[in-house]
Amino acid sequence: MIAHWQGNGGLVAATALGLVLLLALPQVVDPVMMIELTSYVIMAILALSLGLIWGYGGILCFGQSAFFGIGAYAYAIAVINFGDSTIPLLLSIIVPGLFAALLGYFLFYARITDVYFGVITLTVTLILYKVMGATSGSQYVIGTAAIGGYNGIPAVPPLNFPGRPDAALSFDGLFYLSGLTLLAIYVGLRLMLKSRFGQVVVAIRENERRAELLGYDARFYKLATFTIGGAIAGLAGCLFANWGMFISPDVFGLAQSAQVIIWVIVGGTGTLLGPIVGCFAIQWIATKLGAQQVLNANLVLGTILIGFVLLVPKGVVPTIGDAFRRLKFRPYVAPLVEQRRVP
Amino acid sequence: MTTSDCILETRGLEKRFGGVVAIASVDFNLKQRELRCLIGPNGAGKSTFFKMLTAQLKPTTGQILFDGVDITRAQPHQVSRLGIGIKNQVPDVFNNLTVAENVSVAAKSRDGKARAVAKGKDVMERLGLTALAGRLVGELAHGQRQWVELAMVVALEPKLILLDEPAAGMTADETNKTAELIREVNKSAAIVVVEHDMQFIKQIAQTVTVFHQGRVLIEDTMDKVQGNELVREVYLGKSEDD
Repeated sequence: MIAHWQGNGGLVAATALGLVLLLALPQVVDPVMMIELTSYVIMAILALSLGLIWGYGGILCFGQSAFFGIGAYAYAIAVINFGDSTIPLLLSIIVPGLFAALLGYFLFYARITDVYFGVITLTVTLILYKVMGATSGSQYVIGTAAIGGYNGIPAVPPLNFPGRPDAALSFDGLFYLSGLTLLAIYVGLRLMLKSRFGQVVVAIRENERRAELLGYDARFYKLATFTIGGAIAGLAGCLFANWGMFISPDVFGLAQSAQVIIWVIVGGTGTLLGPIVGCFAIQWIATKLGAQQVLNANLVLGTILIGFVLLVPKGVVPTIGDAFRRLKFRPYVAPLVEQRRVP
Repeated sequence: MTTSDCILETRGLEKRFGGVVAIASVDFNLKQRELRCLIGPNGAGKSTFFKMLTAQLKPTTGQILFDGVDITRAQPHQVSRLGIGIKNQVPDVFNNLTVAENVSVAAKSRDGKARAVAKGKDVMERLGLTALAGRLVGELAHGQRQWVELAMVVALEPKLILLDEPAAGMTADETNKTAELIREVNKSAAIVVVEHDMQFIKQIAQTVTVFHQGRVLIEDTMDKVQGNELVREVYLGKSEDD
């Protein structure tokens, strides 16, 4: 797959398109839709983090929302205490990153694989759901922040210009910040995947045993990928807490965990664009379905998912990519044919 | 044999799977830059032996010494870094990556980028893979995929190379090329080859070790091994009770 990206033309084009959309959308889209759109962008960052871990690392994490939620809570609790959002923003990346590193250390170094990994990560996020839900008493206070159990933390202060708590981020500002963050992470991951580290990560996904026999410690590379994914998910959680100015244990729920996986499946694993496209498309459809009363929204979404798994198993982006390649290149004739001489 | 001219030594190596003894107290010695052939009927424990040498399987008891280092409890990547390269029985490659990427991942495990790129090109040239550089390995024929795996192993520049049925699924021409390659690589590395193809063994063999039911049956020159009564019995499947 790396072969398809030779040269940076695609990356430059994608970055330019992203910047154009980022600047143009607020001019043409009505303010209510902008609120929706901002949440799509934030969720796309979360989808991208799973796209990295699952699509490139080959690690099926069913609990990506755990890091998202931890990032959101870390930000909310810290910003209520500190006032200024600079350190809370960093904590929303570092805390879930460390959590992913610790969890990943025990799982990867014990060589827990595939299905078991999925089950354990799902269980972890559900445990967090229960634990955070059980913090409703007045004794569950960190500094000045009451955790609030299932009621969550209301009135989470917004991000501000570093060092100036009075210069808070406006709602338009949050859209631009989220969009730029998504774009920066996308570009960063593309470059990372082209590096030696990225090549090894993909090689391990392809054949872990062979990679180890070549001298690469698969456990370390998987742990590093998992930690990076956890940190990115945490940053998305911070932006999400800003978006709703509220955070509750629902971020750790089963619905949230399942959604992320669906976005990546529909958009396509093994690409970075896929999870973003899948996230935008499914959320947009969900919003539209929510606005009508004829059909049950979850029923339609379920049907879409089943349809994708059966008909477009690779996901939207890889399928379109394959179609383009078929048009562009004629089928390759193996060089063996040239060797078959007439006796 | 002193440690300095011995690259690999196993002492009382044993592997049991439940009640089945796959390898039973094998003492095996290999000299620096030696070329050894390992033969034996199916189920004799040859592949299990290779897997233990490369830490893909942990021995039940016994010890493995490589170049003076005890690697009995090492991890596969550590064994690789110490200088053992293996080609597994079934082509063990990165199917969704191109030939060039496969070789490059191997080369980068040992060298910085510039040297790795040069070495990758050189190895592909030597093994006649340059024309296939851009192809996905998963689309190649079985014999070609064997060559890709060989290229990866060669790119590691190991001190010891283990080849599990390197000629399987190859044409006569390709088999000859493989034998040539083995002799060439043997100039700088010790090699152990597992093969069933006796013609191939005759082409390259110096010393031959015969495995039977997890034990070393005999270890001698190809001629002596071929003339040995026990070996004939084992290969013809004649039971010892008859």
